[in-house]
Amino acid sequence: MMRVAIARFPGSNCDADTLRAVTRAGADGYYVWHRETSLQGADAVVLPGGFAYGDYLRAGAIARFSPVMAAVRELADAGGPVLGICNGFQVLCEAGLLPGALMRNAGLAFVSRPVRVRVETTDTPFTLAYEAGAIIRMPVAHGEGRYVAPPEVLEELDGERQVVLRYVGENPNGSMHDIAGITNAGRNVVGIMPHPERAAEAHLGETEGAKFFQSVIQNLASIRGGDR
Amino acid sequence: MPRFEIEVRVMPRAALLDPQGQAIEHALAALGFERVDGVRVGRALVLGVDRPTRAAAERDARSMCERLLANPVTEDFTVAVREAS
Repeated sequence: MMRVAIARFPGSNCDADTLRAVTRAGADGYYVWHRETSLQGADAVVLPGGFAYGDYLRAGAIARFSPVMAAVRELADAGGPVLGICNGFQVLCEAGLLPGALMRNAGLAFVSRPVRVRVETTDTPFTLAYEAGAIIRMPVAHGEGRYVAPPEVLEELDGERQVVLRYVGENPNGSMHDIAGITNAGRNVVGIMPHPERAAEAHLGETEGAKFFQSVIQNLASIRGGDR
Repeated sequence: MPRFEIEVRVMPRAALLDPQGQAIEHALAALGFERVDGVRVGRALVLGVDRPTRAAAERDARSMCERLLANPVTEDFTVAVREAS
């Protein structure tokens, strides 16, 4: 069974939902506290949403110094799948594992509602189960989700198909190029503002988010299959 | 070793939208301050360090800004150093 760690920080609040989504997708999901120095043999790691360290200084700015982040970086450097959701995306940007930054929403208000996003690339471990160009609905819930990056970085993200999700119709936070999620050059680290774990079961109103977690399990299964 | 007080000012980069500044500008207009423009919101940090020289204190402060206190993608910073009396 694939082992998927959920890194918990003081202030994480989507950890239980994320664990549930990972488990329902068929993985052996478990929590790793931010003080831990090891991911305990994880095949993949998810940084869940919330307000790690109360978003002090900047969202994600302090969390990146947590001991567990060295282990996350090690997994990322080895090509292992790393997903940051909402606050987790902010942490990955602050840690330099993803380019750019997330700033206060253009509308100033905290936005908490379903949005529509297009899956711009299926060439990541977290989106391979989608059809390219699929438009799905997932909730966002953030005050600082406006993705910004220098022009040359945006050009590279677009040129190298590193934009993973883009808002369709309405952009809830004023992000550049309507970006809702990106991946790194190695395509194994993904950060997204919407919450797939809140759109992963029929009674939540949406189920399409589950494919983020199903994708990574498929990805890991195919890698293991290839090892034999 | 001499003690230095450092004041760091971190501001959102001028080219980037500052919605907080805009909201405050609107609130000031509501108070009757209608000729105000260009409001932007950053943050100030004060800290003390014991360093042999002012240059060393400033070097430390700049390094702190580059590595933690400011986000290099979105923010600019200034550092003011004065010897504590």
